[in-house]
Amino acid sequence: MKIAVLQFGGSNCDHDVHYVLTEVIGVDADLVWYKDELEGYDGVVVPGGFSYGDYLRAGAIAARAPIMNSLRRMADKGLPVVGICNGFQILVESGLLPGALMTNRYPKFRCEWVSLRVENNTSPFTNSFKPGEVIRIPIAHMEGNYFADEHTLSGLDSQKRVAFRYVDEKGNTTDEANPNGSVENIAGIINEQGNVLGMMPHPERASEQILGSEDGKKIFDSMVSYISSI
Amino acid sequence: MQYHAEVTIGLKNGMLDPEATTVQKALEHLGFTTKSLQMQKRFILDLDATSIDEARARVNDMCMRLLANPVIHNYDIVIEESG
Repeated sequence: MKIAVLQFGGSNCDHDVHYVLTEVIGVDADLVWYKDELEGYDGVVVPGGFSYGDYLRAGAIAARAPIMNSLRRMADKGLPVVGICNGFQILVESGLLPGALMTNRYPKFRCEWVSLRVENNTSPFTNSFKPGEVIRIPIAHMEGNYFADEHTLSGLDSQKRVAFRYVDEKGNTTDEANPNGSVENIAGIINEQGNVLGMMPHPERASEQILGSEDGKKIFDSMVSYISSI
Repeated sequence: MQYHAEVTIGLKNGMLDPEATTVQKALEHLGFTTKSLQMQKRFILDLDATSIDEARARVNDMCMRLLANPVIHNYDIVIEESG
């Protein structure tokens, strides 16, 4: 098994994700520069950062890089792809996930721990969680305000494609617990085929107890066990 | 033929624009009251095409595929022959 961690100019969580995969979990992973070939991998992580300086819109330029064609082919084949933070922005800009990520309701960069409720624990990324489990993972973004039209939202809801929602410590989706104004407190979504996840919180920053939480590690664990099973 | 195009891109009606709201509030601090304030982005480009229709179609394609995000944006294209 080998997982690719994509690197664009301005990616800055690439090494953190690579470290968690190789050192904490112990699977084989490569950092793959966007001009290189994306071949022979069993899964892909599109990490966070500020690709292309957030020029035009966050994620817009990276989403049109040629390597995204290879990524799309892998996603079409059913291989697991996860986009974190700027990686989520890149996936929505590329059309691999629906909706858009807009400037936070209060237009400020927010870097803090949040509580998330696991809404779907049958996906390749969430199969290590209990249903409705409340987990702690930090966010760090200014454009994380998820928006989608009514039609898209009802599809996400009816097909259980919302992976995580922002909640308070008791697991309730309150307005106070919503750090960025996302519609229906959405923090992460899954594509129709079920093999592409985008999420604003950073699981790689919550994968060791010394950093305050191991909840994020379960997302990578789930992905690894899914790859082993296919 | 050469064509000159100006593309103006803004958020769809009713979409929250915190940056524009902040600017509007800052204007208020200076004593300027406004009933509404929107911020838009403008792209100014020149291109070669065989006709104005072809030029417009290409600029529209640019908007759909990169310049705008059709999920949240409206855009307006003004195009004219420039030589």
